[in-house]
Amino acid sequence: MRAIPLLFLTTAVLPAQMAVRATHLHLMTGDLKPIVNGVVLCGADGKIVQAGLASEVVIPEGWPVHEAAVVTPGLVDARSTAGMSGILNWDSRDQEQFEHSAPMQPELRAVDAFNGRDPLVQWLREFGVTTIHTGHAPGELISGQTMVLKTNVESVTKKEDVLNGFAGVAATLGSGSLKGEGKSPGTRGKSVAMLRADLIKAKAYVEKVAKAEADKQPDRDLHLEAMGAVLRREVPLIVTADRHHDIAAALRLSVEFGFRLVIDSGADAWMMAEEIKKAGVPVILHPTMARAAGDKENLTFGAAAKLQEAGIPFALQSGYEAYVPKTRVVLFEAGMAAAHGLAPEQALAACTIRAAELLGLKERIGSLEVGKDADLALYDGDPLETTSHCIKVIIDGKVVSEVKR
Amino acid sequence: MKPIVFLVPAAVLAVAVLRAAVGETTESGGMPVGDGKPVVRVFDGARLHPVASAPVDDGVLVVEDGKIKAAGARGTVVIPEGAEVIDCRGKVIIPGLVCTHSHIGGPSGGDMSGPIQPEARVLDSIDVRATSLPRARAGGLTTVNVMPGSGHLVSGQTVYLKLREGRTIEELALRNGDGSVAGGLKMANGTNSIRSAPFPGTRGKSAALVRQSFLKARDYQKKVAAAGGDAAKLPDRDLGMETMVEVLEGKRVVHHHTHRADDILSVLRLREEFGFKVVLHHVSEAWKVADEIAAAGAGCSIILLDSPGGKLEARDFDLRNGAELEKRGVVTAVHTDDPVTDSRWLLRSAALAVRGGMSREKALESVTLAGARLLGLEGRTGSLEAGKDADFAVLTGDPLSVYSRVEETWVEGKKVFDLEKPEDRLMAEGGRGAGDTEISTTCCFSK
Repeated sequence: MRAIPLLFLTTAVLPAQMAVRATHLHLMTGDLKPIVNGVVLCGADGKIVQAGLASEVVIPEGWPVHEAAVVTPGLVDARSTAGMSGILNWDSRDQEQFEHSAPMQPELRAVDAFNGRDPLVQWLREFGVTTIHTGHAPGELISGQTMVLKTNVESVTKKEDVLNGFAGVAATLGSGSLKGEGKSPGTRGKSVAMLRADLIKAKAYVEKVAKAEADKQPDRDLHLEAMGAVLRREVPLIVTADRHHDIAAALRLSVEFGFRLVIDSGADAWMMAEEIKKAGVPVILHPTMARAAGDKENLTFGAAAKLQEAGIPFALQSGYEAYVPKTRVVLFEAGMAAAHGLAPEQALAACTIRAAELLGLKERIGSLEVGKDADLALYDGDPLETTSHCIKVIIDGKVVSEVKR
Repeated sequence: MKPIVFLVPAAVLAVAVLRAAVGETTESGGMPVGDGKPVVRVFDGARLHPVASAPVDDGVLVVEDGKIKAAGARGTVVIPEGAEVIDCRGKVIIPGLVCTHSHIGGPSGGDMSGPIQPEARVLDSIDVRATSLPRARAGGLTTVNVMPGSGHLVSGQTVYLKLREGRTIEELALRNGDGSVAGGLKMANGTNSIRSAPFPGTRGKSAALVRQSFLKARDYQKKVAAAGGDAAKLPDRDLGMETMVEVLEGKRVVHHHTHRADDILSVLRLREEFGFKVVLHHVSEAWKVADEIAAAGAGCSIILLDSPGGKLEARDFDLRNGAELEKRGVVTAVHTDDPVTDSRWLLRSAALAVRGGMSREKALESVTLAGARLLGLEGRTGSLEAGKDADFAVLTGDPLSVYSRVEETWVEGKKVFDLEKPEDRLMAEGGRGAGDTEISTTCCFSK
């Protein structure tokens, strides 16, 4: 165990250092079971210094101690649009999640549109969500890019403000991206044909860039660069697909082009578990309480339990709503997944460590381990119970919320 | 409000009883009832939440002929000889849930030809075979106020349903004492009903149009009265005016969609002027004007959502609404607005109200007896009391716990949902065939 050289310094010098004590401490490590009477020490650098049984972790004198019945890692929302889609639902004012001028615009960056001061971001933060994977919403064939950042970031001004400024390219297969009035794509067949043509074009561009001398590089093309990142497997193509045949189409595309696929929403994923498992593709599952309508008409509340049973890596998300609620809270979705067959610790994992793993950020967030970011959520009871409250939230070792939610 | 009685024709009733009897031997192995005697069932050993009184552990619920014969702690209730005893130890029984604001069955009211259409009845539009009905039964719901959307100032007549298993809306609809279908009138203010002409463009215009409509109804009412029953002197029948007169005469409750504090006060102002009975619906900013609501004696049917917003006037929605109204003694129901919240989450919505500070007792009441009161049905449903309809749900545990499941739902003594049946479990949990092919378009939902 690492020594604690900060022991002799005062809190006035290093305000971020603190201890968090919990009756039930969910470290989200190993077998995921909580420890009884645990302590987490958060260092002045915003990282976890020590985490374990209260009987084994000595709280340095003078460190402020925050106590709660239950403590979990700060929650990780594996797919959100908060900060892009704002609370007012007011087009051209706070709805940046869609750009309808063309069906495929992977060049649209999330960092350029995110508003961390939107009340929805604050709302999530107060419920213990400390990290969100947000960006352009499902609803266009390729709607744009996504990113991952903490919920205490009000404006993205520097590289450190994000955990990953380019986390993926968001695509949508199925009725969500289909258009009427003779516009394309108007059918599923056309959707996939357009995606394939775009990927083929990007592939040629990538090859040209790789082969050409420095002075003979093709003109820069933001669209093809973004798709190139997908083809080079630097970022995944996050394909929102609910119907089983849309999921099948996404799997088919990933085989043809060799990109990293993440299935998003996946209402029918439980019907395709074998194929998804075989392809080694992770799923960012729709909210448990998503509406069973349209492409999601066959969703089941037991989906998370079924994916768990099938051994498919998955995480839970708040998703995107055109109307209300303008954001869901992953904790609530985890609670309902637990009520429908998923073990409670697995439900918590689906919005902490599993989400962090899926987003490629398990070294920094998602569990309470030495060296990781000191992101914690404190509750007055079982966090999965609707009637419990999140009472305090800590991000990078700083208390960011003390509202009882 | 006139009393509401069950007036389904006797023949239909007889068939229903016969069906229950036939189903009986296969469903729960109870006594055959070929001798024509009513079935008496005893739900034995559950924790009972009568709602009208304190919960009792080891309770006994006696159901006879579709009614609650008795409900109480063991020893205080007579168990009739020969009754079918159903072991409910370890279970929790609550009154059947009442949802005061729902759109199950895909109801529609007025069209886009104008903002005031009291003549439109949702009765004529509901698909009782839609999966949203069995889903609601799976959520423990037994009574539902099905409403048209909120895109009009007056969007039409609502209908109060019992979620009996039936093939036609008539079999589900509750009736008034005179045999007419029970229901209210849906109204709305704020931005939902503000549209391009002929709809109002402002709140001022919205209120003016509604006032004019009520004044016209008063004139109509006077003409009818002046005719003194003389057919020759009666004004031409006007379906819309007839409905508005029912509202003026207190025979039909106004269910008023309203969010912002000033819009809530506008409803109370109209009510003051015209004296109608009103239930305030959604009431996102109730916490800002809770004193005024309490002073006016208006009931509230509130929604609990996972986050505020969706439109400017719902920005300040707060989970504290239930608690703030409770503090002031306002009769408060919690509703689903299905499909905004799926009916299967109604108990969860009550739990969200608790999260916002409402007491557990009032939260359970908010989805049972309070709802019945707001619909004028408290005489027959909403609590486990002798003489009331045997509408109840059997749960696996604490009604407000996320881990509890609805195992059975009973309407008027008949089991309408059983988690053990595969087809019912499908409706409870989802899966192929449980959802809606189309996304609902109730006013603003598909925006």
